[in-house]
Amino acid sequence: MPFWSRMANVFRGERLNREIDEELQAHIEEALAQGRDAAEVRRAFGSPLRLREESRDIRLLSWLDSLRADAVFGWRQIVKKKVTSAAAILSLALAVGACTSAFRLIDALLLRPLPVASAERLYSVTFQSPSATDSSVIPYDSCSYPMFRRMRLDVQDQAEAVAISMYNGPQELTYGSDQEMEKVQFQYVSGSMFETFGLRPAAGRLLSETDDVTHGAHPYAVLTYDYWSRRFGRNPRAVGRTFRIGNDVFEIVGVARKGFTGTETGWVTDVFVPMAMKNPRTLASLNNFWLRTLLKLKPGVAPGPVEEKLRATFHAIQEERVKGFPAQSARDRERMFQEKLSLEPAAAGRSNLQRQYRPALVVLALLLALVLLIACANVANLMVAQATSRAREMALRVSIGAGRGRLVQLVLVESAWIALLATAIGWMFAWWSAPAIVGMINPPAYQAQLVLPADWRVLGFALALACGVMFLFGLAPALRASAVQPVSALRGGADGRSRGRLMKALIAIQVAFCFVVQLASGLFVATFERLSNQPTGFSADRVLNVEAVTSRPQAAVLWSQVAEHLRAVPGVEKVAMIGWPLMSGESAVGNISVGGTPPSDVFSDFVSVSPGWAELMRIPLLGGRDFRATDGNPGAAIVNQSFAKQYFGGADPVGQWFDRVDGAGGKSHFRIVGLIRDARSRDRMRVAIRPTAYIPFPSEPAARGTFVVRTANANPLSMAATLRQEVAQARPGFRVRDLRTQEEFNQSDTVRERLLAVLASFFAGLATLLAGVGLYGVLDYSVVQRRREIAIRMAIGARAGEIVRRLAVGALAMVCGGAAAGYAIGLAGARYVESLVFQVKVTELAVMAVPLAIVLGTTLFATLPSALRAARIDPASALRVE
Amino acid sequence: MEIDRELLKGSISLLLLNLLSRGEMYGYEILQAAAVRSAHAFEFKEGTLYPALHQLEKKGLIRAEWRTGDNGRERKYYSLTATGRKAAQNYREQWLHLTGAIHAVLGSK
Repeated sequence: MPFWSRMANVFRGERLNREIDEELQAHIEEALAQGRDAAEVRRAFGSPLRLREESRDIRLLSWLDSLRADAVFGWRQIVKKKVTSAAAILSLALAVGACTSAFRLIDALLLRPLPVASAERLYSVTFQSPSATDSSVIPYDSCSYPMFRRMRLDVQDQAEAVAISMYNGPQELTYGSDQEMEKVQFQYVSGSMFETFGLRPAAGRLLSETDDVTHGAHPYAVLTYDYWSRRFGRNPRAVGRTFRIGNDVFEIVGVARKGFTGTETGWVTDVFVPMAMKNPRTLASLNNFWLRTLLKLKPGVAPGPVEEKLRATFHAIQEERVKGFPAQSARDRERMFQEKLSLEPAAAGRSNLQRQYRPALVVLALLLALVLLIACANVANLMVAQATSRAREMALRVSIGAGRGRLVQLVLVESAWIALLATAIGWMFAWWSAPAIVGMINPPAYQAQLVLPADWRVLGFALALACGVMFLFGLAPALRASAVQPVSALRGGADGRSRGRLMKALIAIQVAFCFVVQLASGLFVATFERLSNQPTGFSADRVLNVEAVTSRPQAAVLWSQVAEHLRAVPGVEKVAMIGWPLMSGESAVGNISVGGTPPSDVFSDFVSVSPGWAELMRIPLLGGRDFRATDGNPGAAIVNQSFAKQYFGGADPVGQWFDRVDGAGGKSHFRIVGLIRDARSRDRMRVAIRPTAYIPFPSEPAARGTFVVRTANANPLSMAATLRQEVAQARPGFRVRDLRTQEEFNQSDTVRERLLAVLASFFAGLATLLAGVGLYGVLDYSVVQRRREIAIRMAIGARAGEIVRRLAVGALAMVCGGAAAGYAIGLAGARYVESLVFQVKVTELAVMAVPLAIVLGTTLFATLPSALRAARIDPASALRVE
Repeated sequence: MEIDRELLKGSISLLLLNLLSRGEMYGYEILQAAAVRSAHAFEFKEGTLYPALHQLEKKGLIRAEWRTGDNGRERKYYSLTATGRKAAQNYREQWLHLTGAIHAVLGSK
């Protein structure tokens, strides 16, 4: 009989029974027809039921049949105990869902290989630079174009090198007039990139090596499939169209194949153009670090020797670079030579977002694992409690011949039901939550974009998780249930003591994990709060940054005219100008020399601003005066308090002179005309405000600048469209490139911390809820279990208060033990999250007290119902039942 | 003479396959044929015939088919498959070889 028929027979058991019965019956009838005595025939035939069972077992897959029977029985058990099952399934679903969701994020950002040929052979050239201020090492991936060319040449026999510009936020392009600007994600890439990656065009052709030879001579662009679909509805006629970015016009020559969205994981690139189209000054600069070098090692080449070779190249490059900085201090020079090059695997692409979020995601994944374990312990506890009520059933099964393996299977199948249902619900939760979390990374305009497919990787993870979870929470109760002693169980004396011990241990572990999650969440919330409350020194209230560009550099007076025009727009309160928005990530630095002394080691920031800017930003003038229209650059400067402290020992610097010294030793002379309060210009909230010199803007013809507008309306973005129009109308050649509120810039450095704080708090809430439910379940179980003991105590005179006290002390012992263990784990683990926290320590009273208060509060809530139940036990009726 | 069950146990498949090699039969008929041919030497419990038949069916040595017999009764007829035919021959040869050897041992007394 074929395997499939025997398998099919499992699911048509009734028909099979009937068939066997009919054959047996036919035999008896045949015998009776032969004139044999009915009683003799039956005796000779034997038990039909046993024969049927024997035949049945031969004709089907008996293991599958027992599994089917257990599945049906398990389902009935779940349906019978609706509330308990729902609690177990939901608590597990939340944990599994959160885990799957985290896996989707981690997979998409850090693990999933790029859809290119031999992604496993891709490496990124990265650098580690020793910090100027402490012993830490600052990693970076960027290098200059001449550096890339040198490295490519030196390893050409071992690897193909590709340069890809670092992601720099969306750019504006237009297929028509300036009024029809659209934002795209845009990258310069080596012409050879597509061939190296083994990519084929979906339409037209891709860029090739020959498209990347002569500066400015290859105005061709390749679109990603995603952008082509979104913008052109996959119209093949998109190929051949032209667009303009800034002052460059490009022709679309083709579309890359579906799925490839660039190598900058976390951003989806729309348009690729050749490196040769970058402006020649940037391409020629050895010190302008703006691109990333990816290497695809040739088959059989190990990364080690290539790395060694590149280190020698890098050393030679550094020697060359140092020559360009004759004024550099010996310490800075030494630091340049201490920089180390290394090759890091880039199969999953390479982006700053990965670097920034890797530690955060790992910590979140660990917290989630703890939440999952708490949920598992919960379900295990519920199952252990249920096993008690089923001890008699199990004993009965053993008495009639069930083996231990069979009982383990019975309980495991029930756990499998819970795990499967929880996974299904959790899957839906993950479906919804993963994109929602990606939406929380970065402000809306610069939102991270992750490809989050639900393919075999995610499904495999969810299934593996379901199986793992099933064993985690199903095996212990299954073994316990199967180890039942029929004699003692059927007599009614179940072994409650050791079962109680296991449950208490599980509760202590749950509390410990819950405490760790609470502690971590406390650290992250405090970090976010402290970082957000770091003083910026200026007011971002109703401030909008209108970044403008011109087709060619425009004189200062024309910039001022546009600003004047904007001041007259209804709804605008004040307008000033700045080189680029505060805290946007851009900066200009220089070394300062006072009175002809050698330049200091400390870098100072240089920010160019127009008259009235400090007043608009509400940064008080502490001495001297604001800029005037007649102030020139170099010439006049306003400095902040840190600058005065650093270079003038805190004395009033107004009227003093200083020199700005650049790397090549060039000097510009400035006279300090004013002193203002410290205000942040950089986007690093974690570091102190640096000495800053403000210089006049614009002092020479400029092609870009930012109008800082304080609006009358509380929502400055409501004026975006008007301002965009007004800038274009104010003077021909001026147009708006971007419009963002100052508030958005201020928040951009705390996005990761906000994400960590929000998610960790959510997990902490979840952990507390789960641990609370677990505690409640165990206490309730223990009251039921000790009903007889409590009744006897009461019968011989114990007061209800005494009973409740005993119960509470027991619970408190479990919780305190768990909390102490949790705190110990927290202390040990704190140093691993040091890079993620800011000015917070695990030993701080507030950080310790909050989790403790929450855990104790939860204990109180969870203990109360059981305590009341215990106190209300009526000895007479309880003992009568026994 | 009573035959020890243990001795009989291993030979049930051999007996059934060889009985069926003479043509298709239904359960009761097999039983009767076995009794007649062995001069009532075999008296195994009637019911145990069916699990043995089902075992052979599972191994693919015989096949079964419900049909109406000559007396109008529904009967399940068993017949050998091609594999069963080969197995029957094979078992028979093995048995003869074995009994020959046993006979030689017993006869040498």
